[in-house]
Amino acid sequence: MKLTIPEQELMQSGHLACQGCGATLAMRYALKALGQNTVLSIPACCWSVIDGPFPYSSLKVPIFHTAFETAASAASGMEAGLEMMGDKDTQVVAWAGDGGTFDIGIQALSGAAERNDNIMYICYDNEAYMNTGIQRSSATPRLSWTTTTPENHPKETPKKDMVGIMAAHRIPYVATCSVAYPEDMVKKVKKAKDTQGCKFIHVFAPCPTGWRSAPETCVKLARLAVQTKVFPLYEIFNGVDYKINVKPAKPKPVTEYVKLQGRFRHLTEADIKQIQRTVDWEWERLLKMAEGCEETEEKKGKKKKK
Amino acid sequence: MTEKIDIKGEKDMPAMAMSLGLMDWNKTGSWRNLRPVIDYEKCTRCMICWKFCPDACILIRDEEPVIDYDYCKGCLICAEECPRDAISVVKEE
Ligand SMILES: Cc1ncc(C[n+]2csc(CCOP(=O)(O)OP(=O)(O)O)c2C)c(N)n1
Ligand code: SF4
Ligand code: SF4
Ligand code: SF4
Ligand SMILES: [Mg+2]
Repeated sequence: MKLTIPEQELMQSGHLACQGCGATLAMRYALKALGQNTVLSIPACCWSVIDGPFPYSSLKVPIFHTAFETAASAASGMEAGLEMMGDKDTQVVAWAGDGGTFDIGIQALSGAAERNDNIMYICYDNEAYMNTGIQRSSATPRLSWTTTTPENHPKETPKKDMVGIMAAHRIPYVATCSVAYPEDMVKKVKKAKDTQGCKFIHVFAPCPTGWRSAPETCVKLARLAVQTKVFPLYEIFNGVDYKINVKPAKPKPVTEYVKLQGRFRHLTEADIKQIQRTVDWEWERLLKMAEGCEETEEKKGKKKKK
Repeated sequence: MTEKIDIKGEKDMPAMAMSLGLMDWNKTGSWRNLRPVIDYEKCTRCMICWKFCPDACILIRDEEPVIDYDYCKGCLICAEECPRDAISVVKEE
């Protein structure tokens, strides 16, 4: 028997997530990489419920539950406090949903990134405000059903390029991860932990409840998102050096990903063709960004001062 | 196992917001409609099911995956991801 990710389990069974929740897998992998010496700042999101009601918790690391818009500023404050106390080892992690990151928390996050505060920010992206009943966020993909974008009022705008926004802050490390690629995710979270300054990690985390998909397809959907190039896995060092981690040799058509989800059930053939064109165009653009970056990445990542 | 913590009034409250115990008392196995069952004849101990369980309820016992039915919610990710089709699905009564 050989395990490909650390055995240590810092997420306890008995938590309150729905069956087949991707956000839960994301937390499990993140903590395997981070280890015990971690504190989390969690704003309002599914995870504030998943963890359990006071006075209980599902996590074996301290959590600070904070207001919806404050994941990053609370984390920056905790980091400053630890530094004052001479603690240089504890990793402070802001852990927020896409709504808390792409929308309401973006100014606090931009501030922390601009100051290059020594925090890690992990956004688990389920592409809507799930905790409050599946309302659209700026991470919701174009044309996806949500309770605030019903079929007759579709979301016309594309998913916000949050990774691009974070790279534009020129922070030392930005990466995308997927719950279908735990080894890759553990590696990236460890790399982020070893990097001094502000780190941003974007994890793709399917939500069976909100996506109207079968719970058992959670990992399969996350994998298909990578194989169809809908959600590419890549890293950006210092905001400019791109490295694509998975280049599907034979990319699958987006239909394979779309057809398994009730939130896309109303799409026409023409809609799906349009989505395919956008996905292809974004992928080409990413390839261009990564051109010529191969040799310089990583070297430039500033190592944590010990 | 965490005991149920009884908070009757202010005197039972911690001095600051903090958790006093884990959620392990919450036996989510009662949520399950479908039960995954491992066939150890087919199983190669690759631990892929363990890796992808969102409830961290596939335990490692003597290098083997063992499903903890006290917590398994029956999402069936393990059955879907098992490369050997070694996990079958049984309806709960
Ligand atoms: C200022 C403020 N506005 C609204 C809310 C209500 N609220 C709580 S969680 C949530 C949605 C969170 O969405 P997201 O960040 O994507 O996390 P998810 O629930 O999807 O995990 C909202 C709108 C709040 N708690 N505070
Ligand atoms: S609503 Fe979605 S993200 Fe929230 S706990 Fe359920 S499956 Fe997880
Ligand atoms: S995934 Fe299947 S073969 Fe692998 S350890 Fe689990 S039951 Fe056995
Ligand atoms: S059915 Fe889901 S909760 Fe139960 S053991 Fe399998 S992966 Fe874990
Ligand atoms: Mg969300």
